[in-house]
Amino acid sequence: MLDSSGKAVTLRLTCDHLVTYYPAVDDDHVFRALADPTRRHLLDRLFERDGRTLTELEAELEMTRFGVMKHLRVLEDAGLVVTRRSGRTKLHFLNPVPIRLIHDRWITKYAEPRVAALADLKTELEESA
Amino acid sequence: MSTMTAQATQVYSVFVRATPEQLWEAITKPEFTTKYFYGSVIDSTFEPGAPYVGWSSDRSQQYVDGEVIEATPPHKLVTTWRALYDVEAAAEPYSRVSWEIEPAGDGVTKLTVVHDQLEAAPKTAENVAGGWSYVLSGLKTLLETGKPLTA
Repeated sequence: MLDSSGKAVTLRLTCDHLVTYYPAVDDDHVFRALADPTRRHLLDRLFERDGRTLTELEAELEMTRFGVMKHLRVLEDAGLVVTRRSGRTKLHFLNPVPIRLIHDRWITKYAEPRVAALADLKTELEESA
Repeated sequence: MSTMTAQATQVYSVFVRATPEQLWEAITKPEFTTKYFYGSVIDSTFEPGAPYVGWSSDRSQQYVDGEVIEATPPHKLVTTWRALYDVEAAAEPYSRVSWEIEPAGDGVTKLTVVHDQLEAAPKTAENVAGGWSYVLSGLKTLLETGKPLTA
């Protein structure tokens, strides 16, 4: 494989991933998509009621139609929103799977043993009190 | 924390580094389903009209009851769905589960699960809402690493 200057580049497998990630749906895209209050707000709206049109979502945000479209596009590229056609309308659905993958890849690995240890400690202290 | 309103149509999607044929096997063969589908043994001939049944891993208890509506290997499987693992959900009418398998290029396949017709089955809708994410995450991990998600 060649880089932009034509130099040969060796791609190395780092073996630090549990599963394979792809440009369109990798963790970076998901974290970046979530790092914005408007986009989190859009996900919360879909969590409350799923399968909405752009017009419905736009009505709940103080933003231009174009702005909402741009945010939805970022969410779609990250796989967090999936669109389906119903007749002539395009409906937006929240897809929670990328968040689950991050949970299984990051939260389980780093946080759960500690959280479990704290929970155990709390139980022990409360029981002995 | 807002409360979860169970949705009448739920869409779940995941990209898996595997072929459509491998995905098809993973959703139709019990030796795979037991490793990511809450231990379920999926039992069906996958012909339209045939029963689609999910058993506990020791086959002592039936978890899912349904019928094959459409089976187009390795692209699409549609079944009816009634959850028997919950008394309230079991009393609700059948809903519908569609598995859509599409090649996404570069050895990657997109799997989309649509669980719909849940309007009259709110308990089932609530029940499966977190479940499908867990199932698809486990399916991806199994196909890509050869190992189940939980050791």
